Amino acid sequence: MATPNVPLWEVFIRSRNGLAHKHVGSLHAADSTLALQAARDIYTRRGEGLSIWVVPSNAITASDPSEKGMMFEPAESKIYRHPTFYDVPDEVGHM
Amino acid sequence: MYTQALNSSDGDDRGVEDVARASQFQARIDADERIEPNDWMPAAYRKTLTRQISQHAHSEIVGMLPEGNWITRAPSLRRKAALLAKVQDECGHGLYLYAAAETLGTSREELVDAMLSGKAKYSSIFNYPTLTWADIGTIGWLVDGAAIMNQIPLCRCSYGPYARAMIRVCKEESFHQRQGFEIMVTLCRGTVEQKAMAQNALDRWWWPVLMMFGPPDQVSQHSDTSTKWKIKRFSNDELRQKFIDATVPQAEFLGLTIPDPGMKQNENGNWVHSPIDWDEFKQVLAGNGPCNRERLAARRKAHEEGAWVREAAMAYAEKRKSRQLAQAAE
Repeated sequence: MATPNVPLWEVFIRSRNGLAHKHVGSLHAADSTLALQAARDIYTRRGEGLSIWVVPSNAITASDPSEKGMMFEPAESKIYRHPTFYDVPDEVGHM
Repeated sequence: MYTQALNSSDGDDRGVEDVARASQFQARIDADERIEPNDWMPAAYRKTLTRQISQHAHSEIVGMLPEGNWITRAPSLRRKAALLAKVQDECGHGLYLYAAAETLGTSREELVDAMLSGKAKYSSIFNYPTLTWADIGTIGWLVDGAAIMNQIPLCRCSYGPYARAMIRVCKEESFHQRQGFEIMVTLCRGTVEQKAMAQNALDRWWWPVLMMFGPPDQVSQHSDTSTKWKIKRFSNDELRQKFIDATVPQAEFLGLTIPDPGMKQNENGNWVHSPIDWDEFKQVLAGNGPCNRERLAARRKAHEEGAWVREAAMAYAEKRKSRQLAQAAE
Protein backbone atom coordinates (compact mmCIF):
# COMPACT_ATOMS: atom_id res chain seq x y z
CA MET A 1 0.00 0.00 0.00
CA ALA A 2 1.36 3.43 -0.91
CA THR A 3 2.09 5.71 2.04
CA PRO A 4 -0.28 8.73 2.09
CA ASN A 5 1.31 12.17 1.79
CA VAL A 6 1.85 14.29 4.89
CA PRO A 7 1.93 18.12 4.42
CA LEU A 8 5.25 19.85 3.76
CA TRP A 9 6.52 22.77 5.87
CA GLU A 10 9.38 25.20 5.39
CA VAL A 11 11.52 25.84 8.46
CA PHE A 12 13.07 29.19 9.42
CA ILE A 13 15.42 29.60 12.38
CA ARG A 14 16.74 32.67 14.16
CA SER A 15 20.19 31.95 15.49
CA ARG A 16 21.48 33.31 18.77
CA ASN A 17 23.50 36.07 17.11
CA GLY A 18 20.44 38.25 16.63
CA LEU A 19 20.08 37.93 12.86
CA ALA A 20 16.73 37.47 11.12
CA HIS A 21 15.02 34.08 10.75
CA LYS A 22 16.71 32.17 7.96
CA HIS A 23 15.39 29.33 5.84
CA VAL A 24 17.10 26.07 6.84
CA GLY A 25 15.09 23.39 5.07
CA SER A 26 11.78 21.62 5.02
CA LEU A 27 10.00 18.73 6.72
CA HIS A 28 6.75 16.81 6.76
CA ALA A 29 4.25 17.03 9.61
CA ALA A 30 0.51 16.62 10.08
CA ASP A 31 0.02 20.01 11.76
CA SER A 32 1.88 23.09 12.99
CA THR A 33 2.49 21.74 16.51
CA LEU A 34 4.14 18.58 15.20
CA ALA A 35 6.00 20.63 12.59
CA LEU A 36 7.54 22.81 15.32
CA GLN A 37 8.60 19.79 17.36
CA ALA A 38 10.06 18.04 14.34
CA ALA A 39 11.88 21.25 13.33
CA ARG A 40 13.45 21.41 16.78
CA ASP A 41 14.62 17.79 16.52
CA ILE A 42 15.85 17.97 12.94
CA TYR A 43 17.34 21.45 12.67
CA THR A 44 18.43 22.50 16.19
CA ARG A 45 20.22 19.49 17.72
CA ARG A 46 23.27 21.63 18.51
CA GLY A 47 21.72 24.84 19.77
CA GLU A 48 21.46 26.38 16.30
CA GLY A 49 18.51 28.57 17.17
CA LEU A 50 16.43 30.52 19.68
CA SER A 51 13.27 30.80 17.60
CA ILE A 52 11.63 28.67 14.92
CA TRP A 53 9.00 29.53 12.32
CA VAL A 54 7.25 26.82 10.33
CA VAL A 55 5.25 27.81 7.25
CA PRO A 56 3.13 25.52 5.07
CA SER A 57 5.12 25.21 1.83
CA ASN A 58 2.07 25.80 -0.31
CA ALA A 59 1.49 29.16 1.43
CA ILE A 60 4.65 30.56 -0.12
CA THR A 61 4.50 32.52 -3.34
CA ALA A 62 7.84 32.57 -5.13
CA SER A 63 9.16 34.58 -8.04
CA ASP A 64 9.64 32.64 -11.25
CA PRO A 65 13.35 31.93 -11.84
CA SER A 66 12.85 31.88 -15.61
CA GLU A 67 11.65 35.50 -15.41
CA LYS A 68 14.42 36.72 -13.16
CA GLY A 69 15.87 38.89 -15.92
CA MET A 70 12.70 40.96 -16.25
CA MET A 71 11.89 40.80 -12.55
CA PHE A 72 15.14 42.35 -11.40
CA GLU A 73 15.87 44.54 -14.42
CA PRO A 74 14.68 47.77 -12.74
CA ALA A 75 17.55 47.53 -10.24
CA GLU A 76 20.21 46.69 -12.84
CA SER A 77 20.44 50.13 -14.45
CA LYS A 78 20.29 52.31 -11.33
CA ILE A 79 23.92 52.59 -10.35
CA TYR A 80 23.11 55.96 -8.73
CA ARG A 81 21.52 53.98 -5.89
CA HIS A 82 24.99 52.91 -4.74
CA PRO A 83 27.26 55.16 -2.64
CA THR A 84 30.22 54.60 -4.96
CA PHE A 85 28.36 56.47 -7.74
CA TYR A 86 29.11 59.77 -6.01
CA ASP A 87 32.48 61.52 -6.01
CA VAL A 88 33.71 62.92 -2.74
CA PRO A 89 37.05 64.81 -2.82
CA ASP A 90 39.91 62.85 -1.20
CA GLU A 91 40.60 65.70 1.23
CA VAL A 92 37.24 65.09 2.88
CA GLY A 93 38.37 61.64 4.00
CA HIS A 94 36.05 58.78 4.83
CA MET A 95 32.34 59.47 4.47
CA MET B 1 12.96 27.96 -1.39
CA TYR B 2 12.78 24.37 -2.37
CA THR B 3 9.45 22.72 -2.09
CA GLN B 4 7.48 20.04 -3.76
CA ALA B 5 4.49 22.36 -3.96
CA LEU B 6 6.42 24.85 -6.06
CA ASN B 7 7.82 22.16 -8.26
CA SER B 8 4.57 20.50 -9.18
CA SER B 9 3.74 22.95 -11.99
CA ASP B 10 7.07 22.35 -13.68
CA GLY B 11 6.71 18.89 -15.13
CA ASP B 12 7.18 19.77 -18.75
CA ASP B 13 10.92 19.12 -18.96
CA ARG B 14 10.69 15.42 -18.19
CA GLY B 15 11.41 13.25 -21.14
CA VAL B 16 11.77 16.24 -23.43
CA GLU B 17 15.31 16.93 -24.48
CA ASP B 18 15.81 20.39 -25.77
CA VAL B 19 19.22 20.78 -27.37
CA ALA B 20 19.49 24.53 -26.88
CA ARG B 21 18.39 24.38 -23.27
CA ALA B 22 20.70 21.46 -22.60
CA SER B 23 23.70 23.40 -23.86
CA GLN B 24 22.68 26.46 -21.81
CA PHE B 25 22.38 24.16 -18.82
CA GLN B 26 25.85 22.72 -19.39
CA ALA B 27 27.24 26.25 -19.74
CA ARG B 28 25.82 27.12 -16.31
CA ILE B 29 27.41 24.00 -14.82
CA ASP B 30 30.75 24.81 -16.47
CA ALA B 31 30.56 28.31 -14.98
CA ASP B 32 30.16 26.69 -11.53
CA GLU B 33 26.64 28.05 -11.10
CA ARG B 34 24.32 26.16 -8.74
CA ILE B 35 21.23 24.56 -10.24
CA GLU B 36 18.10 25.24 -8.17
CA PRO B 37 14.86 23.19 -8.04
CA ASN B 38 12.75 25.38 -10.30
CA ASP B 39 15.46 25.82 -12.93
CA TRP B 40 15.27 23.88 -16.18
CA MET B 41 17.36 20.71 -16.08
CA PRO B 42 17.74 17.71 -18.41
CA ALA B 43 15.48 14.80 -17.48
CA ALA B 44 18.53 12.58 -17.02
CA TYR B 45 20.10 15.04 -14.54
CA ARG B 46 16.88 15.00 -12.52
CA LYS B 47 16.73 11.22 -12.64
CA THR B 48 20.39 10.69 -11.70
CA LEU B 49 20.15 13.06 -8.75
CA THR B 50 16.85 11.65 -7.53
CA ARG B 51 18.44 8.21 -7.55
CA GLN B 52 21.66 9.30 -5.87
CA ILE B 53 20.17 11.58 -3.19
CA SER B 54 17.39 9.15 -2.27
CA GLN B 55 19.86 6.23 -2.06
CA HIS B 56 21.98 8.42 0.16
CA ALA B 57 18.95 9.16 2.36
CA HIS B 58 18.00 5.48 2.55
CA SER B 59 21.59 4.68 3.59
CA GLU B 60 21.41 7.13 6.49
CA ILE B 61 18.13 5.61 7.68
CA VAL B 62 19.15 1.96 7.28
CA GLY B 63 22.53 2.89 8.80
CA MET B 64 20.75 3.55 12.10
CA LEU B 65 20.04 -0.18 12.46
CA PRO B 66 23.51 -1.72 12.88
CA GLU B 67 24.46 0.97 15.39
CA GLY B 68 21.11 1.08 17.15
CA ASN B 69 21.81 -2.59 17.88
CA TRP B 70 24.37 -1.50 20.53
CA ILE B 71 22.65 1.46 22.22
CA THR B 72 21.26 -0.64 25.06
CA ARG B 73 24.54 -2.52 25.47
CA ALA B 74 27.00 0.39 25.35
CA PRO B 75 29.71 -0.13 28.00
CA SER B 76 29.15 3.18 29.84
CA LEU B 77 26.66 6.01 30.10
CA ARG B 78 29.08 8.31 28.24
CA ARG B 79 29.33 5.87 25.32
CA LYS B 80 25.58 5.31 25.34
CA ALA B 81 24.75 9.03 25.23
CA ALA B 82 27.25 9.54 22.38
CA LEU B 83 25.96 6.59 20.37
CA LEU B 84 22.35 7.69 20.84
CA ALA B 85 23.25 11.20 19.65
CA LYS B 86 25.06 9.74 16.65
CA VAL B 87 22.12 7.56 15.64
CA GLN B 88 19.81 10.59 16.00
CA ASP B 89 22.15 12.51 13.70
CA GLU B 90 21.92 9.74 11.10
CA CYS B 91 18.15 10.08 11.18
CA GLY B 92 18.48 13.85 10.78
CA HIS B 93 20.84 13.35 7.82
CA GLY B 94 18.32 11.03 6.20
CA LEU B 95 15.64 13.69 6.58
CA TYR B 96 17.79 16.53 5.15
CA LEU B 97 18.52 14.30 2.20
CA TYR B 98 14.90 13.26 1.61
CA ALA B 99 14.00 16.97 1.65
CA ALA B 100 16.70 17.65 -0.96
CA ALA B 101 15.56 14.70 -3.11
CA GLU B 102 11.93 15.84 -2.95
CA THR B 103 12.80 19.16 -4.57
CA LEU B 104 13.36 17.17 -7.77
CA GLY B 105 9.67 16.31 -7.86
CA THR B 106 9.30 12.90 -6.18
CA SER B 107 7.58 12.88 -2.80
CA ARG B 108 9.27 11.49 0.29
CA GLU B 109 6.51 8.92 0.64
CA GLU B 110 7.23 7.58 -2.87
CA LEU B 111 10.95 7.48 -2.12
CA VAL B 112 10.43 5.64 1.16
CA ASP B 113 8.05 3.18 -0.48
CA ALA B 114 10.67 2.46 -3.17
CA MET B 115 13.16 1.57 -0.43
CA LEU B 116 10.70 -0.59 1.50
CA SER B 117 9.72 -2.50 -1.63
CA GLY B 118 13.39 -3.23 -2.31
CA LYS B 119 13.35 -1.29 -5.59
CA ALA B 120 15.71 1.44 -4.34
CA LYS B 121 19.18 0.59 -3.05
CA TYR B 122 21.12 1.81 -0.03
CA SER B 123 24.82 1.56 0.79
CA SER B 124 26.01 -2.05 0.77
CA ILE B 125 27.99 -1.51 3.99
CA PHE B 126 24.88 -1.59 6.18
CA ASN B 127 24.18 -5.18 5.22
CA TYR B 128 27.02 -6.34 7.46
CA PRO B 129 26.35 -7.23 11.11
CA THR B 130 27.68 -5.47 14.23
CA LEU B 131 28.87 -8.45 16.25
CA THR B 132 30.82 -6.76 19.04
CA TRP B 133 31.22 -3.35 20.67
CA ALA B 134 34.43 -2.90 18.64
CA ASP B 135 32.25 -2.84 15.52
CA ILE B 136 30.73 0.42 16.77
CA GLY B 137 34.21 1.91 17.07
CA THR B 138 35.18 0.60 13.64
CA ILE B 139 32.02 1.94 12.00
CA GLY B 140 32.65 5.42 13.37
CA TRP B 141 36.32 5.34 12.45
CA LEU B 142 36.13 3.69 9.01
CA VAL B 143 32.56 3.79 7.71
CA ASP B 144 32.04 7.41 8.74
CA GLY B 145 35.60 8.18 7.67
CA ALA B 146 34.86 6.80 4.20
CA ALA B 147 31.54 8.65 4.14
CA ILE B 148 33.30 11.94 4.91
CA MET B 149 35.75 11.35 2.01
CA ASN B 150 32.74 10.88 -0.27
CA GLN B 151 30.67 13.70 1.15
CA ILE B 152 33.11 16.60 1.36
CA PRO B 153 33.33 16.97 -2.45
CA LEU B 154 29.52 16.74 -2.57
CA CYS B 155 29.32 20.04 -0.65
CA ARG B 156 30.34 21.62 -4.00
CA CYS B 157 27.95 19.54 -6.09
CA SER B 158 26.12 21.43 -8.85
CA TYR B 159 22.66 20.86 -7.38
CA GLY B 160 22.03 23.53 -4.72
CA PRO B 161 19.75 21.65 -2.28
CA TYR B 162 22.04 18.59 -2.27
CA ALA B 163 25.16 20.70 -1.72
CA ARG B 164 23.50 22.58 1.15
CA ALA B 165 22.31 19.35 2.78
CA MET B 166 25.84 17.93 2.54
CA ILE B 167 27.33 20.99 4.25
CA ARG B 168 25.13 20.35 7.28
CA VAL B 169 25.86 16.61 7.17
CA CYS B 170 29.64 17.06 6.98
CA LYS B 171 29.67 19.46 9.94
CA GLU B 172 28.00 16.81 12.09
CA GLU B 173 29.83 13.80 10.67
CA SER B 174 33.18 14.78 12.12
CA PHE B 175 31.92 14.01 15.65
CA HIS B 176 30.94 10.54 14.44
CA GLN B 177 34.38 9.67 13.21
CA ARG B 178 36.11 11.02 16.31
CA GLN B 179 33.82 9.14 18.71
CA GLY B 180 34.53 5.93 16.76
CA PHE B 181 38.28 6.44 16.85
CA GLU B 182 38.13 7.17 20.58
CA ILE B 183 36.42 3.81 21.12
CA MET B 184 39.20 2.14 19.11
CA VAL B 185 41.95 3.92 21.08
CA THR B 186 40.36 2.81 24.35
CA LEU B 187 40.05 -0.81 23.21
CA CYS B 188 43.60 -0.89 21.81
CA ARG B 189 45.01 0.44 25.10
CA GLY B 190 42.90 -2.06 27.05
CA THR B 191 43.31 -5.74 27.80
CA VAL B 192 44.67 -8.29 25.31
CA GLU B 193 41.09 -9.47 24.70
CA GLN B 194 39.89 -5.92 24.02
CA LYS B 195 42.68 -5.31 21.53
CA ALA B 196 41.93 -8.63 19.84
CA MET B 197 38.30 -7.57 19.57
CA ALA B 198 39.37 -4.32 17.86
CA GLN B 199 41.59 -6.24 15.42
CA ASN B 200 38.78 -8.69 14.68
CA ALA B 201 36.38 -5.84 13.88
CA LEU B 202 38.95 -4.23 11.57
CA ASP B 203 39.49 -7.57 9.83
CA ARG B 204 35.78 -7.92 9.09
CA TRP B 205 35.08 -4.28 8.08
CA TRP B 206 38.18 -3.34 6.07
CA TRP B 207 37.23 -4.83 2.71
CA PRO B 208 33.51 -3.90 2.83
CA VAL B 209 34.58 -0.32 3.67
CA LEU B 210 36.86 -0.18 0.59
CA MET B 211 33.87 -1.36 -1.47
CA MET B 212 31.83 1.64 -0.22
CA PHE B 213 33.59 3.85 -2.78
CA GLY B 214 31.99 1.84 -5.56
CA PRO B 215 33.32 -0.16 -8.51
CA PRO B 216 36.74 0.64 -10.00
CA ASP B 217 36.82 3.53 -12.48
CA GLN B 218 37.05 1.32 -15.58
CA VAL B 219 33.67 -0.30 -14.89
CA SER B 220 31.69 2.40 -13.05
CA GLN B 221 28.47 3.03 -15.00
CA HIS B 222 27.51 6.48 -13.70
CA SER B 223 30.83 8.29 -13.51
CA ASP B 224 31.15 10.06 -16.87
CA THR B 225 27.92 12.03 -16.95
CA SER B 226 28.07 12.67 -13.20
CA THR B 227 31.51 14.21 -13.66
CA LYS B 228 30.32 16.30 -16.60
CA TRP B 229 27.42 17.58 -14.47
CA LYS B 230 29.72 18.23 -11.47
CA ILE B 231 27.75 15.91 -9.25
CA LYS B 232 30.92 13.88 -8.84
CA ARG B 233 34.23 15.68 -8.50
CA PHE B 234 36.57 12.76 -7.83
CA SER B 235 36.52 9.22 -9.21
CA ASN B 236 35.79 6.15 -7.06
CA ASP B 237 39.42 5.04 -7.20
CA GLU B 238 40.75 8.50 -6.33
CA LEU B 239 38.55 8.70 -3.24
CA ARG B 240 39.40 5.13 -2.24
CA GLN B 241 43.12 5.93 -2.49
CA LYS B 242 42.72 9.09 -0.41
CA PHE B 243 40.89 7.11 2.24
CA ILE B 244 43.50 4.34 2.43
CA ASP B 245 46.38 6.81 2.62
CA ALA B 246 44.65 8.63 5.48
CA THR B 247 43.76 5.42 7.33
CA VAL B 248 47.03 3.46 7.26
CA PRO B 249 48.84 5.78 9.74
CA GLN B 250 45.77 5.75 12.03
CA ALA B 251 45.80 1.93 12.10
CA GLU B 252 49.54 2.08 12.86
CA PHE B 253 48.86 4.44 15.75
CA LEU B 254 46.31 1.99 17.13
CA GLY B 255 48.78 -0.87 16.69
CA LEU B 256 46.31 -2.71 14.46
CA THR B 257 47.15 -4.60 11.27
CA ILE B 258 45.23 -3.87 8.08
CA PRO B 259 44.10 -7.28 6.79
CA ASP B 260 45.87 -6.94 3.45
CA PRO B 261 49.33 -8.56 3.60
CA GLY B 262 49.94 -7.61 -0.05
CA MET B 263 49.46 -3.89 0.52
CA LYS B 264 52.55 -1.86 -0.44
CA GLN B 265 53.56 1.76 -0.53
CA ASN B 266 54.47 2.95 -4.04
CA GLU B 267 57.11 5.54 -4.98
CA ASN B 268 54.55 8.39 -4.56
CA GLY B 269 53.86 7.32 -1.01
CA ASN B 270 50.39 5.92 -1.85
CA TRP B 271 49.36 2.62 -0.31
CA VAL B 272 48.40 0.17 -3.07
CA HIS B 273 45.80 -2.37 -1.96
CA SER B 274 45.42 -5.96 -3.20
CA PRO B 275 42.52 -6.77 -5.57
CA ILE B 276 39.05 -6.26 -4.08
CA ASP B 277 36.55 -9.14 -4.23
CA TRP B 278 33.92 -7.42 -6.39
CA ASP B 279 31.82 -10.58 -6.50
CA GLU B 280 31.10 -10.11 -2.82
CA PHE B 281 30.05 -6.50 -3.52
CA LYS B 282 27.71 -7.63 -6.32
CA GLN B 283 26.21 -10.32 -4.12
CA VAL B 284 25.52 -7.86 -1.29
CA LEU B 285 23.98 -5.34 -3.73
CA ALA B 286 21.84 -8.11 -5.21
CA GLY B 287 20.35 -8.72 -1.77
CA ASN B 288 22.50 -11.65 -0.65
CA GLY B 289 24.63 -9.95 2.02
CA PRO B 290 24.63 -11.21 5.62
CA CYS B 291 21.86 -8.81 6.79
CA ASN B 292 19.93 -7.59 3.71
CA ARG B 293 16.72 -9.35 4.64
CA GLU B 294 16.97 -8.44 8.31
CA ARG B 295 17.52 -4.72 7.51
CA LEU B 296 14.57 -4.46 5.13
CA ALA B 297 12.35 -6.43 7.48
CA ALA B 298 13.24 -4.06 10.34
CA ARG B 299 12.47 -0.97 8.21
CA ARG B 300 9.16 -2.44 7.03
CA LYS B 301 8.13 -3.38 10.55
CA ALA B 302 8.90 0.12 11.87
CA HIS B 303 7.02 1.69 8.97
CA GLU B 304 3.97 -0.53 9.37
CA GLU B 305 3.87 -0.18 13.13
CA GLY B 306 4.07 3.60 12.77
CA ALA B 307 1.17 3.76 10.33
CA TRP B 308 -1.47 4.32 13.03
CA VAL B 309 0.53 7.23 14.45
CA ARG B 310 0.67 8.94 11.05
CA GLU B 311 -3.04 8.30 10.52
CA ALA B 312 -3.98 9.58 13.96
CA ALA B 313 -1.89 12.73 13.56
CA MET B 314 -3.51 13.47 10.18
CA ALA B 315 -7.02 12.74 11.52
CA TYR B 316 -6.43 15.08 14.47
CA ALA B 317 -5.13 17.83 12.16
CA GLU B 318 -8.20 17.45 9.95
CA LYS B 319 -10.56 17.54 12.93
CA ARG B 320 -9.00 20.73 14.29
CA LYS B 321 -9.10 22.35 10.86
CA SER B 322 -12.79 21.60 10.36
CA ARG B 323 -13.60 22.79 13.90
CA GLN B 324 -11.80 26.05 13.22
CA LEU B 325 -13.70 26.48 9.96
CA ALA B 326 -17.01 25.82 11.72
CA GLN B 327 -16.17 28.37 14.43
CA ALA B 328 -15.20 30.93 11.82
CA ALA B 329 -18.53 30.41 10.04
CA GLU B 330 -20.59 31.07 13.20
